[in-house]
Amino acid sequence: MGIQRHLGADGMNERDLRDQIADVKAGRLSRRAFVQRMIAVGLTAPMAGAMLSYSGVAIAAEQIEYKPTKAGGGGTLKLLFWQAPTLLNPHFAIGTKDQECSRLFYEPLAGWDKDGNLVPILAAEIPSKENDGLAEDGLTVIWKLKQGVKWHDGQPFTADDVIFNWQYSINPDTAAVSIGSYKGIKSAEKVDDHTVKLTFTQPTPFWADAFVAAYGLIIPKHLFADYIGSKSRDAPTNLKPVGTGPYLFVDFKPGDTVSAKLNPNYHQPNRPYFDTVEVKGGGDAVSAARAVLQTGEYDYAYNLQVEDEILQKLEAGGQGKAQLTVTGHIEYIALNVADPWTEVDGERASVKTKHPLFSDPAVRKAINLLIDRASVQKFIYGRAGVATANFLNNPERFRSPNNKFEFSIEKANQILEAAGWKKGSSGVREKDGKQLKLVFQSSINAPRQKNQAIIKQAFGKAGIEVELKSVVASVFFSSDAANPDTFTHFYCDMEMYQTTMPQADPQFFMNQFVSWEIANKENKWQGRNITRWQNKDYDETYRQAQKELDPVKRAALFIKLNDLVVADNYVQPEINRRNCIGLKNGMVVNKSGWDNDLWQIANWYRES
Amino acid sequence: MGNYLLRRLVVALPSLLGISLILFVLLALAPGDPFGELASNPNIPPEVREALRIKFGMDDPILLRYLHWLVAMLHGDWGFSFASRVNVDTLILQRIPATLYVVGSSQLLALAVALPVGVLAAMRPYSIFDQIANTFAFIGFSLPTFFTGLLFILIFSVNLGWLPFVYRADIHATGWLWYWENIKQAIMPVAVLGLFQAASYTRYVRSAVLDVIKLDYVTTARSKGLAERKVITRHVVRNALIPVVTLVALQMPTVFGGAIITEQIFRIPGIGSLLISAILANDTPVIMAVTFVFACLVVLFNLVADILYGWLDPRISFR
Repeated sequence: MGIQRHLGADGMNERDLRDQIADVKAGRLSRRAFVQRMIAVGLTAPMAGAMLSYSGVAIAAEQIEYKPTKAGGGGTLKLLFWQAPTLLNPHFAIGTKDQECSRLFYEPLAGWDKDGNLVPILAAEIPSKENDGLAEDGLTVIWKLKQGVKWHDGQPFTADDVIFNWQYSINPDTAAVSIGSYKGIKSAEKVDDHTVKLTFTQPTPFWADAFVAAYGLIIPKHLFADYIGSKSRDAPTNLKPVGTGPYLFVDFKPGDTVSAKLNPNYHQPNRPYFDTVEVKGGGDAVSAARAVLQTGEYDYAYNLQVEDEILQKLEAGGQGKAQLTVTGHIEYIALNVADPWTEVDGERASVKTKHPLFSDPAVRKAINLLIDRASVQKFIYGRAGVATANFLNNPERFRSPNNKFEFSIEKANQILEAAGWKKGSSGVREKDGKQLKLVFQSSINAPRQKNQAIIKQAFGKAGIEVELKSVVASVFFSSDAANPDTFTHFYCDMEMYQTTMPQADPQFFMNQFVSWEIANKENKWQGRNITRWQNKDYDETYRQAQKELDPVKRAALFIKLNDLVVADNYVQPEINRRNCIGLKNGMVVNKSGWDNDLWQIANWYRES
Repeated sequence: MGNYLLRRLVVALPSLLGISLILFVLLALAPGDPFGELASNPNIPPEVREALRIKFGMDDPILLRYLHWLVAMLHGDWGFSFASRVNVDTLILQRIPATLYVVGSSQLLALAVALPVGVLAAMRPYSIFDQIANTFAFIGFSLPTFFTGLLFILIFSVNLGWLPFVYRADIHATGWLWYWENIKQAIMPVAVLGLFQAASYTRYVRSAVLDVIKLDYVTTARSKGLAERKVITRHVVRNALIPVVTLVALQMPTVFGGAIITEQIFRIPGIGSLLISAILANDTPVIMAVTFVFACLVVLFNLVADILYGWLDPRISFR
């Protein structure tokens, strides 16, 4: 197990660790001393902190920096979204743009900070074993709500609102996209006006999904109660949000602008700092970066998917800086386990087939050596990505220390030669009449096409011929069952895309390789396992992780899952992406890669 | 005349029906899916996407969906946007003012430039003025608006810092300041669109005036000893403008339809940017409504142009 092995190398095992945690709990060892010992054996401070908090040692939530001494006086905050917000009901949010803008008005019970720790927002405290919020069996969670919170129209925020959001979301007729986060809850009971008890259908180690972060924003019962189910679209409040957040709604034009003003009754004292907020949407990422970094017309620009080289040029304008945040998103290359060129029962790449070339482990191993991850990072992603050999990279406590990447055309050639793949007259290797010729697809996006070119070149030097294919993003990422060019059909030998990790917990993220998620004709290619990779050990370990309540053991299980999938070389992790925003000079913004950019919008301010 | 109008309107109906059917089928056959963005999010189970598709009727047969759409449209229900779950007519009405203001002003600017320049150039063909005007006209309609737009932004926003390049529909100012801000932010897009249009209008005006200026009645007017100014305004321009007026009338739908590229570059919340964002999000009800309204406007203004034609040139009669 990753963690044990890691610690073991430094002369410490799981038992030592548990004893020390017990010492901290009993007050025999200070929290600080524990963290320092952990750092000494090679763990990071956040990881040590996370271990303590999961083991029932309460930690003070990270202090969010905020200097202003009174609310207001900050003038206008101007936010620029190159993808325009189209709706303001968080339960309908199609993209992060909609979630971000909802965040001005609505709040969840808690959010995730940059280290993947929970920070209470509408909750009075984070449930833990210590405060009897978490049950031993993992079946219930008790959330205590912050008292004295009022909706923008003056009504009190209570447990009824929380319970209502669960009912609203799980009703299939509501057509809420948040349903995935709520459907694991069997019942939600009101203990008192400010206490809610959630009961899950099965032991749920990842209990902090419902009511937390982007899908956990809470809408008021008194305004939505009549619009549950099929009437959900008719609610006037869909377009005129009434929340608990730091800003009051002023105006919204879908696809264009949102305006808001300071909420004088906000539940956090001396906040917010800005008097009004203006959100503008539309345009393109490069000019959005320009409007913040170069001309300073705006204070913040969202999701700057712009090549680092261009960002640096714009930053030279001196008005603002790009800010990058760690995320779990991974740009990776999938090798097809199945044969995409043979049709079986009306589908290509059927699990009943084996890929003619990749079924030879030597080919996969050679391919691993032919991906020049370091160059891709250096020349394409710059600050916006870190080359990696792991599929699961963050939060740090889940990162495996066991994998390294290497780029060596020479070694790849040796491996292929030894496995009997000989170069033919055309320079392409072949064996048993099969040539090493591959089709490699990705979505149309400038960095991806450059990345494809780098890979094609290296493959060519090892006698593997690659034909590049690029598909328009709106088709590639669509869920259209009739279109063979989507990434889930994967009617191709190799493909590259980014898979996002929206939460600090890897449970959903790691279901991409379980056998019951395989995308096929039967589930209209809606399954999450795109490579069609199957492994009994993986399936079992995943099931264990789903039930394992001990956080340390659970982290070790996820590390094992990562190592299993990476070791088989069907999945080639390449770049751990970072999220990039543009900030005008002077803006102080607490940003997290595990939550929306605006998760702490109440604490944003400008330094003079 | 009334009879003619009626007949034209009756003929327009089947063509509009045909247009709507073709549009609908094309959109239904086009790849893509409004919930594509949900696909790459592991938090959202595939069943949710599937349920949404079924709820919004996206898996029904195309002709059935077309019939639903047509019946609803005849009842004045334009459907709702998948992306914002707002009624399509509300969305379109929100976007009309910005488009009318920017694209309308640019048409006025185009005419204000093209009329005098075209007439003056035609009065002295192959003079220095004509050659300069011609050169600029060629440059003007050879340079695409996305190029001139970016060029203007670089010069006037980035280097000089005079004008904003993000257009805002909700300016929080009052009185003269409000007007000034609105004018300031529209200068670049109006100039980009207007000068592009002016270039081609200039060529039309010039050649129309050249055609007329050589005719006998102009010579007659001159030999009667009329002042040159009067000859040009009363005898030449009035007759030369007939084809130009038709051309302008046919351009009118774009005033409502917006300018996709320019609106995108300057972030103008107009119909064009609504259309392009709907296309990118595969928001079929919005695409359908915008393109269909556009088709109706084209049909309508064709009719208007024909009627104007007859009014300007009484020799054409309506039968």
